Amino acid sequence: MTTKTITVVRDLLATNKQAAAAIRQELRARGILCVNLLSSPGSGKTTLLESLADRLRDRFRMAVIEGDIETERDAERIRRKGVPAWQITTGGACHLEARMIGKVLGDVPEAIDFLFIENVGNLVCPASYDLGEDLRFVLLSSPEGDDKPAKYPQAFLSADGLILTKSDLLPYLPFDPARAAAEALAIKPGLKVFTVSALRGEGIDALAGYLVEALERLRSGRA
Amino acid sequence: MHELSLIASVFDVLEEKAKEHGAVRVTGVVLKVGVMAGVVPDLLESAFETYRKGTLAEGARLTIVLVPVKLRCPDCGGEAVREDADFSCAACGSRRVEIVEGRELVVERIEMET
Repeated sequence: MTTKTITVVRDLLATNKQAAAAIRQELRARGILCVNLLSSPGSGKTTLLESLADRLRDRFRMAVIEGDIETERDAERIRRKGVPAWQITTGGACHLEARMIGKVLGDVPEAIDFLFIENVGNLVCPASYDLGEDLRFVLLSSPEGDDKPAKYPQAFLSADGLILTKSDLLPYLPFDPARAAAEALAIKPGLKVFTVSALRGEGIDALAGYLVEALERLRSGRA
Repeated sequence: MHELSLIASVFDVLEEKAKEHGAVRVTGVVLKVGVMAGVVPDLLESAFETYRKGTLAEGARLTIVLVPVKLRCPDCGGEAVREDADFSCAACGSRRVEIVEGRELVVERIEMET
């Protein structure tokens, strides 16, 4: 019996990265802008999507893939807005992986403009998994505190944009949006920052406008 | 807390390589883990201990090599390891730095008996 050591150098996320690349290619070919939303539970991902559905419905069609550990609740909320939605229940897994999205992709209607993926509420694990999205946004709500970017740097490092949510609560909380934005920008310069209250519809126009511009860039091949 | 699913991927690689090399036992694995990879080394170790039972890597040692964050600056061409969470160029202060190391999750080496 002999002992030998072999050099492998195999990326543990390689399978996920390949599945994500295939999704990105397919969605770009179909002219669909895919957006992955990451945040801790309760920071307002579903409420933001409801508000975006109201804002975009006149000119655009959207669909939503919901990730949760259990229940169909979020997908039902989105369907009540007249938007097609698929619920992925992970049964305990803390994040969505690209192959889970791949399984749903065939059911997503051809003629849509935006595909939103609401990841499992968790500011840690989803950051490591590319889902084939074009844009990744991290949401941070005012009750969570403005000190979170430096505490959870991977999520902010992997994002393209930061959405500060629940701005209607700012008068009652010690949350400083400028501090939260500065801390996130120190980790990821160039991060696009939005401040919204989905409940009151504030800041949603700016966010929707940014998404529409990104969609136009994607379709003109400048993405 | 996705360390267990990552360890499952490690075992996929172990089984594939053991078969390829005709190994009867895997005795050691070296993982390279970036400090910004979003995983906890202690949790990887306990996941490995749980997962290896009854496999051909039952008695294998897991070695985790932590990789610090290394930044490259496109403005001044500098490359430097940063220990803190300050993602700016140590030489010129530019914020346009790219992370070249420190986010990896890689099976680097496998030790086996054939």
